[in-house]
Amino acid sequence: MSTKKLRRAGEYVIEKLLTVSGAVTGLTMLTITVFLFKEGAGLFRSPSVEKGYALYVHAENPVERLSVNEIKGIFDGEITVWNALSSDYPHAEIVPYRIEDIFQRYSESELGEDYALLPDKLAEVIRETSGIIAFLPQQYAPTGMTGVKTLPSQDIRPADFFGGTSWMPTATPAPLFGVLPLILGTLFVSIVAILIALPLGLSVAIFLSELAGTRTRKWMKPAIELLAGIPSVVYGFFGLVVLVPLVQRAFALPVGETAFTGSLILAIMALPTIITVAEDAMRNTPRELREASLALGAGHWQTIRKVIIPYASSGISAAVVLGIGRAIGETMAVLMVTGNAAVMPHSLFESVRTIPATIAAELGEAPAGGAHYQALFVLGCVLFLLTLLISVSAEWMAGKQSSKIL
Amino acid sequence: MIEAKDIDFYYGSFHALKHINMRIAAQSVTALIGPSGCGKSTFLRLFNRMNDLIPEARLTGKCLVGGEDIYGAHVQVDDLRRRIGMVFQRPNPFPKSIFENVAYGLRVNGMGDRRFIADRVEESLRAAALWEEVKDKLKKSALALSGGQQQRLCIARALAVQPTVLLMDEPASALDPISTMKIEDLIFHLRSTYTIVIVTHNMQQASRVSDHTGFFMLGELVEYSETRKMFTNPEKTETQNYITGRFG
Amino acid sequence: MRTKLQQQIAFFIFRSLGLLVIGLLFWILGFIVYHGAGVISWEFLTTAPRDGMTAGGIWPALVGTCYLVIGSMVVAFPLGVMSAVYTSEYARNGRIVRLIRIMTNNLSGIPSIVFGLFGMSLFVRTLGFGDSILAGSLTLGLLVLPLVIRTTEEALQAVPATYRTGSRALGASRWQTVSRVVLPVAFPNIITGLILAVGRVSGETAPILFTVAAYFLPQLPTSIFDQAMALPYHLYVIATSGTDLEATRPIAYGTALVLIGVVLCINLLANLLRRRIGKHAHKS
Repeated sequence: MSTKKLRRAGEYVIEKLLTVSGAVTGLTMLTITVFLFKEGAGLFRSPSVEKGYALYVHAENPVERLSVNEIKGIFDGEITVWNALSSDYPHAEIVPYRIEDIFQRYSESELGEDYALLPDKLAEVIRETSGIIAFLPQQYAPTGMTGVKTLPSQDIRPADFFGGTSWMPTATPAPLFGVLPLILGTLFVSIVAILIALPLGLSVAIFLSELAGTRTRKWMKPAIELLAGIPSVVYGFFGLVVLVPLVQRAFALPVGETAFTGSLILAIMALPTIITVAEDAMRNTPRELREASLALGAGHWQTIRKVIIPYASSGISAAVVLGIGRAIGETMAVLMVTGNAAVMPHSLFESVRTIPATIAAELGEAPAGGAHYQALFVLGCVLFLLTLLISVSAEWMAGKQSSKIL
Repeated sequence: MIEAKDIDFYYGSFHALKHINMRIAAQSVTALIGPSGCGKSTFLRLFNRMNDLIPEARLTGKCLVGGEDIYGAHVQVDDLRRRIGMVFQRPNPFPKSIFENVAYGLRVNGMGDRRFIADRVEESLRAAALWEEVKDKLKKSALALSGGQQQRLCIARALAVQPTVLLMDEPASALDPISTMKIEDLIFHLRSTYTIVIVTHNMQQASRVSDHTGFFMLGELVEYSETRKMFTNPEKTETQNYITGRFG
Repeated sequence: MRTKLQQQIAFFIFRSLGLLVIGLLFWILGFIVYHGAGVISWEFLTTAPRDGMTAGGIWPALVGTCYLVIGSMVVAFPLGVMSAVYTSEYARNGRIVRLIRIMTNNLSGIPSIVFGLFGMSLFVRTLGFGDSILAGSLTLGLLVLPLVIRTTEEALQAVPATYRTGSRALGASRWQTVSRVVLPVAFPNIITGLILAVGRVSGETAPILFTVAAYFLPQLPTSIFDQAMALPYHLYVIATSGTDLEATRPIAYGTALVLIGVVLCINLLANLLRRRIGKHAHKS
């Protein structure tokens, strides 16, 4: 009696335990989402100028706020007069000023114990130079002193992040977090990869399912499936030692690390999957349909083109979408062969940088909790949402299979 | 019209058809009956060379259609299959629209004229007694039709390329009695235009629709004669046993 | 006649493209084998890198990968099997099952670098494990969870329903049926899935970049809170950022070959196992 009760209780516990573990993938998804967004969320509340620093100008300078790009232009020496920014501003030369410039005027001893006199000296410099813009650590800054105006700090704006065309996360005074080049680079490399892989993969699938003998198919199919298991870092290594020099020589380029090289290696990586899925889809065409077409006098090729490929098309397109998803998320191989220049992609034969490669290359160097670190997590969110969208649409496509007219 | 001469057929080492000789008259209905696995479907599929698709199949003997050896070296298989239509056991419309199903054979045989195709589709659907039921939904998926309608669509599809011979492999075995009756009616009307060979294991059906009947057993043609004679006064005891339902 | 010609042209193209692509794919394998085979020796496998990675072997990376494989399986295997048992044996509500399947599918579509970010944020920083075998194993474990779940579910579904009804008809409870009938029958297939997951884990680089991987360690890790070297990361490092890339190349080829060898052997093993099981099932 009591053992029976005990057993019942045990089974009840087991059932509850199993129920909880049934939710484990959902929970994982949820936790991933929470942590990515939690880490990334701080980005749009970070000041656009490096933390702990501020910009100072002469008190009579009418300038009120500067955009990130304007700040960058000024300190890079690309913008040299104030009225280049707005006609309301004076026609005066801009004098960019950094903290280390103070040592050209004063020796260390003149600045006092623990740099106690530094704020006063800096204020002096600012008062004397009407066109100055100084990038100074707040600890030593002449905040609130007469003749000195502090430019109000702004937060990084989502528009600058998602619409920005430069990614310079370590630039000072204002790092640029424009993700457009990265997003476009990712899509560019992935889509070209699929454009290369799809016709090749389909040809192999047609060859294997329709033309090759049973024996050829029997050993080739599993062999191709095995190729899908090769780690991406090995493909990346192959790309680095073979494809990079090959592309450089074939197209007479200064360097072989280009978007095209990345697409090539991604295409090679996607081929086994596309071949396998497309071949399965074609071989799943009911024998009756095949026979009906042949019995009407259609040739083998006509049957493939008009019956088998249309029948397999939703399976094939699901494979393509999944392939794009994989390509977008692929990190190591792309990191190793594309050269990783964070510029807007213009041509196939220039270096590009993708989102995953950016994360992999920079996260190790970004100080935890800083704007750069947060920006990389926001990139992770973008990638996460992009691939989620893709897997949902792949599911939707595969679900449509049965109910359509070709 | 159709003639099989000393046919032997093997699947690998399995001897599926043994020394078959048979002459089938034009513009008539010939039924092939027999227990499952007796070779009647294999025999039927010789005449549009569907057995070519089976690896390791081997044939000896001659198959003549209209006096021509259809396994001769100069024969274009696609062309042969257009002249000899086939209706399968289970309705197998393409997952395309009704119209496109019937037009398929015309298109793959290189006909591009829209008017011509539209006329031929209508004509074929009428001949298959399906026109009235589908004329308002030609663009709808063929898969939305009932099983019986799908099978008549497959017949229309076969008729559209204007074959001279129609091979039917148990065309009604997957259908309900009313659809079966419609198919049988249709066969009755088509007999004046086409040479029809039908495989069935429904003996009532064979006796209702056919002029001649061949009885197959274990790969041999046991008896072949006029249907009326076969069902009233068979020569062989095996035939008698089979048609009276003592086995099979 | 025109269609005949079209067919010949089309088939010629497919045949040659097909053979070309297949040849290309195997050329990659052959290339690595050709350049790597000469490097591999007992010494290469059992000594640590020396002289700024230009000499020596890959022993610490091999050991690290072993630890990570074991660690991630300890995480993923029980969780994955339990989850699969729930969806295929317990869950009665079709909508919940579908939801779980969708979640599993989506999880498997998430790029591995995102797992790396997540692992760094949760395990390394929030839970304070630091760069460690523990953090890496947890991250990799979650990464292969969908794979373990899917293969286990397939294994469970291959068990004939009659076994279950038979067992239930004798008065066995649901759990008794699962634990005494269903799981033992499905066991070989579940192990096949486990092997596939091992293959996947041993080749992953991106998730371990920020959770465990070390560029070089003078001694082997001694606890789960230590960093470790790992084969795929080692290959990445010596292929891209060595001090003397030319001198390191042979070692990189050797490492790539070992990595391929490990992964292919594992997959081959799983394939053979599956085929053997298939044959047995036919016989009985």
